Amino acid sequence: MISTVERLFETMCLIRAFEDEAGKMLEQGFARGSVHQYVGEEAIATAICDQLHVTDYISSYHRGHGHSIAKGLDICAMAKELLGRAGGTCNGKGGSMHIADFSKGMLGANGVVPDGVTLAVGAAQSIKLLKQDRVVVAFFGDGALNRGPLFEAFNWASVYELPILFVCEDNQYAHTQRTRSVTAGEGGPLRAKAFGIPAVSVDGNDVIAVYEMAKALLNQLRTERKPLYLHANTHRLYGHLAYDKGLYRDPNEVESWKKQDCILRTEQWLQQQGVKSSKLLKVHQHARQQVTQAFEQAKAAPFPDILEAFTDVQDVGFEKGLK
Amino acid sequence: MTSMTCAQASCLALRQEMLRDDRVWALGEDLGPEGGVAGQYKGLQQEFGRHRIVDAPISENQITATAIGAAITGTRPVVELRYADFAFCAADEIINQAAKIRYMLGGQVRVPLVVRQSIGMREGMAAQHSQSNEALWIGTPGLVVVAPSNPSDQHRLLKAAIRCDDPVMFLEHKELWNLQGTLDPDAEPLEIGVAHLLEQGSDITIVSWSSTVHACIQAHSALTKLGISADIIDLRTLWPWDQSLVEKSLKKTGRLLIAHESIRTMGFGAEIIAEMTEKYFDLLRSPPSRVASPRIPVPYSKPLEDICRVGSEKIVQSVLKMLQ
Repeated sequence: MISTVERLFETMCLIRAFEDEAGKMLEQGFARGSVHQYVGEEAIATAICDQLHVTDYISSYHRGHGHSIAKGLDICAMAKELLGRAGGTCNGKGGSMHIADFSKGMLGANGVVPDGVTLAVGAAQSIKLLKQDRVVVAFFGDGALNRGPLFEAFNWASVYELPILFVCEDNQYAHTQRTRSVTAGEGGPLRAKAFGIPAVSVDGNDVIAVYEMAKALLNQLRTERKPLYLHANTHRLYGHLAYDKGLYRDPNEVESWKKQDCILRTEQWLQQQGVKSSKLLKVHQHARQQVTQAFEQAKAAPFPDILEAFTDVQDVGFEKGLK
Repeated sequence: MTSMTCAQASCLALRQEMLRDDRVWALGEDLGPEGGVAGQYKGLQQEFGRHRIVDAPISENQITATAIGAAITGTRPVVELRYADFAFCAADEIINQAAKIRYMLGGQVRVPLVVRQSIGMREGMAAQHSQSNEALWIGTPGLVVVAPSNPSDQHRLLKAAIRCDDPVMFLEHKELWNLQGTLDPDAEPLEIGVAHLLEQGSDITIVSWSSTVHACIQAHSALTKLGISADIIDLRTLWPWDQSLVEKSLKKTGRLLIAHESIRTMGFGAEIIAEMTEKYFDLLRSPPSRVASPRIPVPYSKPLEDICRVGSEKIVQSVLKMLQ
């Protein structure tokens, strides 16, 4: 288990370092638009994606960097994408909210809540139709729990018995809105159960707990090939977006969650197992080095050719060139 | 050559494509037992099974999302939305996802998807079951828009749409379902974007699509009797539209009339006229004109509904006015 947790710790640190650097890139004007950081929630994507095959699919949402890194995407290509450069995951045409890499089974972050989930159900239908043995994991936030299409997706996956794991990352806030204050009933798990989807909850800041839970769920998913739901309770340590200071939250609430930080807890656990703090420090340093290098490469990369704006719109009937 | 209706022609096309390619499948409401609201899927579920002709719940958003998700992971789905009005329930998935995925993701994936939807008025279906929404789709980059007017085009264009790697909005007019016509069952897919010159004349160019084409053909006969000859162009596909054929005709006639059932304001007729006027202003012998629905919801009562209809008389009147 120690080696597994060490591996998970490395990924979590890589995500944290990437997110911190992404925030800086926005501040410094290198990145543009929306950058939603996954800081504080790293344990969830890390523990689940660690147990997926490269051929398995995941879908994500606006806060998608963590899932992408955990699914094995190249952080240099991701950095280029954030900076709108040629050679980015989407050749600079998608940005933070649309990072995807089909060669890694990452079907895309998504700018519309909860469309990553609705599309993931379609991918699961495809798997069934093509008689493949892949599975799908759809990550989404608690804000999605109040979007109608999510329930069409739940119903569909349940009725057609599709191999998909729904993972709600409940960081308790939908942008500035406290989700609980606008959500009727008992929330996510009960809503999933209403569609006949078995649902469990987990402490999303405990990487070992998420790992063990995901292990059981993925085993069940690979055997039974019917939808499952996991509700991971967590907290985002930063704002909704990189420039959001999160001032609508009670400072005491934020402080108490900082003590529950998944990376901090993992460090504590590893230290209890005898792993030296110097070794943990090296993991952090290595992660930061990798990320710095990735963004340095991204900064040095050229912007896409201007004509790239007119490629990949559609094959049929596309008017080429500037009008 | 065989004679069949538009509904039968589309059924034939889908069957042929499903036999040709295992990755083709269809999903939507009421496809199984009755074979679709107009019998346009008749017998297909019995032949191909419930996994390839999928009966869906009333979940237009998820029907479409399922198809998009399946299209980007190796299959070629055909969505049935029953009424174009219900496409608004799936508009997010069509406009924000299907149309943009390939572009946003830097071309790493394509969305080979057909979204079938019946447009137009049919015997008092009123405001929520009578709309023609082509302008919305035409204005959305990433989408292909097709609107056939007869069984042969229906057959060949549906084949083309299924083989197309872009998401295709396939608009089928309700009043054409039972239209009988001849077709070659073995005909190859029609090239998307190629219009059809139905009648030839020298006085005016009349451009139309879908069911309104038939009103134009009637108008042509009436005009002939009055000694007026018209080019009648059935666009067949609205995006891309066959600019070169319209241009060629306009250069000959110098007059341009667009006839469509959808609302005049921001309708596709406005775009065609704007494009042609920008390019060929000097050739115009009279101001271009449109015959279309006024900007009102489609009313239920027959005499009121008729206000929205574009019949041959309105077309003839517009032509006469232009020739004055």
